[in-house]
Amino acid sequence: MKKKLPDEFGILIGFIVIYLIFAVVCNKAGFTSLANTLNIARQISMITIISVGMTFVIISGGIDLSVGSIVAFTGVAAAIILNATHGNIPLAIAGGLVAGILIGAFNGFIIARFKVPPFIVTLSTMIGFRGLVFLICGGRPVGNLPEPFYFLGGGYLILPVPILIMLLIIGGAWYLAKHTKFGRYTYAIGGNEEAARLSGINIRSMKVAIYSLCGLLSAISGLILASRLFSGDPKAGQLYELDAIAAVVVGGTSLSGGRGTILGTLLGALIIGVISNGLNLMGVESYTQNIIKGAVILIAVLLDQMRKK
Amino acid sequence: MEELLRLENLTKTFPEVVALKGVNFSVMKGEVHALVGENGAGKSTLVKIVSGVERMDHGGALYYKGNRTEICDPHSAQKLGISVIYQELTYVPELTVAENIFLGREPVLAPGIIDWKTLRAKTRELLSRLDIRLEPDIQLKHLSTAQRQMVEIAKALSLQAEIIFMDEPTASLTEHEIRTLFKIIRELKSSGVTIVYISHHLEEILEISDRVTVLRDGEWIATRQAGELDIGGLISMMVGRDMNHLFPPRTPGPPGEEILRVENLNRGESLRNISFSLKQGEILGFAGLVGAGRTEVARAIFGADPPDSGEIRLKGKPVSPRSPQEALKCGIALVPEDRKEEGLVLSMSVEHNITLGNLNGVCRGNFFINHAREKQVVDGYIKDLQIKTPLVTMEVRRLSGGNQQKVVVAKWLFIPSYLIIFDEPTRGIDVKAKYELYELMYRLVQEGIGVIIISSELPELIGICDRILVMHEGEITGELVKGEFSQEKIMEYATGGAYEKETA
Repeated sequence: MKKKLPDEFGILIGFIVIYLIFAVVCNKAGFTSLANTLNIARQISMITIISVGMTFVIISGGIDLSVGSIVAFTGVAAAIILNATHGNIPLAIAGGLVAGILIGAFNGFIIARFKVPPFIVTLSTMIGFRGLVFLICGGRPVGNLPEPFYFLGGGYLILPVPILIMLLIIGGAWYLAKHTKFGRYTYAIGGNEEAARLSGINIRSMKVAIYSLCGLLSAISGLILASRLFSGDPKAGQLYELDAIAAVVVGGTSLSGGRGTILGTLLGALIIGVISNGLNLMGVESYTQNIIKGAVILIAVLLDQMRKK
Repeated sequence: MEELLRLENLTKTFPEVVALKGVNFSVMKGEVHALVGENGAGKSTLVKIVSGVERMDHGGALYYKGNRTEICDPHSAQKLGISVIYQELTYVPELTVAENIFLGREPVLAPGIIDWKTLRAKTRELLSRLDIRLEPDIQLKHLSTAQRQMVEIAKALSLQAEIIFMDEPTASLTEHEIRTLFKIIRELKSSGVTIVYISHHLEEILEISDRVTVLRDGEWIATRQAGELDIGGLISMMVGRDMNHLFPPRTPGPPGEEILRVENLNRGESLRNISFSLKQGEILGFAGLVGAGRTEVARAIFGADPPDSGEIRLKGKPVSPRSPQEALKCGIALVPEDRKEEGLVLSMSVEHNITLGNLNGVCRGNFFINHAREKQVVDGYIKDLQIKTPLVTMEVRRLSGGNQQKVVVAKWLFIPSYLIIFDEPTRGIDVKAKYELYELMYRLVQEGIGVIIISSELPELIGICDRILVMHEGEITGELVKGEFSQEKIMEYATGGAYEKETA
């Protein structure tokens, strides 16, 4: 009898191989230096945080296209609150987070209550909230933020704050997925919704909770981004949904639901982050980078399919 | 008679299990050859190898018409003339009978332009050859399971199949439909087509087949002429020990207090004025044809499809569950009919499936899973119900049908309840697993839990129930108590005969 390896093992190998290649090729450019390592971690932190929420959504058999718009909306909302309250940072953060949760809850409610495909519902909220955020701030970034707000995206507590937040979220989400009722129900709903319903699981409230969680994590990412940009930008977070889905899929989570892991998603985000960073150091321009990234995503999924056979 | 297909030293190893060990199997041209064995005996694996879905391990050989042949994919099996009709039928519901039969092989006038006239004519010819009365232009979604199966058989014929494997073809057919299927099988046989028939219904096997091959735990046990066998002998070959009884012995106690009372339950067209009661200590059966409303009664009580009107009393208290969640809280459980679609989350492990319905039972603070406690619970059920699984962390999809069903049952047992409704609990599982399930039901009844069983197998209902309610077109048309059970009476009620007599 063959011992079954953990699901993340293949992705881990893939990550190590890619890392080693860049370590050799970009050795002179300081790819493996501490500074660059932290740089990679900070670059991927915002997408990774969203990807964690996306992982729960995708495991439950859904998809959330609205995350990028939530990033922009919550960032702008926080900036407006900061301006209006002359720098009440706790209130601004709370406002941003609540906004994210509410948009997510709205997604989840419509999906569960009216049985509309998640793709359609979140496509609508993606478009709608992007429009709304532009309308609110007249198309211009909301700047003039108080200095201490920069701490969230640019500060240090031994590690850069975004990395710290990312690590805390990864740890919490890993625990949530593996060791709580919430996690177990998420897998059950994605694996077989009818069986889950007949087992007494309240599908509607679970879906509202799952999409709210995704909204919350997108809001956290939105606040970090607003802090780094030092403004609430209505253009922020465009195409983040695709980057997040890419990280989740490269991380081995099945788009058809029921399977996937948080650590896989972290590895997926790392693979994509390492490739971007390495190519940057090599001086490859962004068009070619996209071609390579596209190829890597495809190869990762193909390898995963072959492994499963 | 000449030999059509021979398998020599067939072995198949999967990562977790050895499914077949050096099996030899030979089929003569023009015979009906039954393949029997318990769940996990290796029947399905054998079919998958012959049909090219799985490859056999090295060392085995397959001979077709005397020539050694490799079958590496379903297409090459089809080209040789081997067709399989699977338990779960494969068809496109939106397409018509004709389109389904000739899918991918439509006659064309010019490339890309289908010759509808020829398509229909050819379909009519096939259907009439099988003596099936069906219109070529009707969509498959409008047909019954039995009719869809006949379309599959017609498709196999259209592929010039010389040998057709039928995997549990009667699992969801009514008695009448089984008769029709047998007629078709006999017609196929007389036209020289060979049939390999896989089933758990031993009476059927003895009736329809010429020879019988028994597999057990992946090994070949015997091949005999069907005429030399009786059910008892077949069962002992299958389970490897003498088993003279299909049903465990039971001494029912006197009925106790009322557990469930249902009054005038109505739901659309499917349920009309359903009233009945269940007392502690008795097993109540629901008989009827497919679509008579038995499952609908269960789902209404369970809140899966709440009734439009009517009253449900559980232990004297009125309840009206609007969802399975609410029903489970009241103490009503339903072991659903279709284990793959409704009973199990196939992508989850055995362990996680068992605790899914009552996660609070293994959680701290109703949220944090206590893995040690979960393992303890799961190990308990695995031992108690004798679930055969190499690892509790294995995906439940990899278990055999009988073991999957035991996982479903374990899940519902772990939910504390006053009433458990079993909907077709023994479909597609073997004699031994059935026996164990009956024993379990007896035990539940003794513990004071109400047990209702819905089944299409009349011998099963007659064998284990104290009382049987018969349904026809959404109504209860008859009630029989132990002592007056007979298949004839049940069928009379089930077809509406007795009901019409009463109202006339």
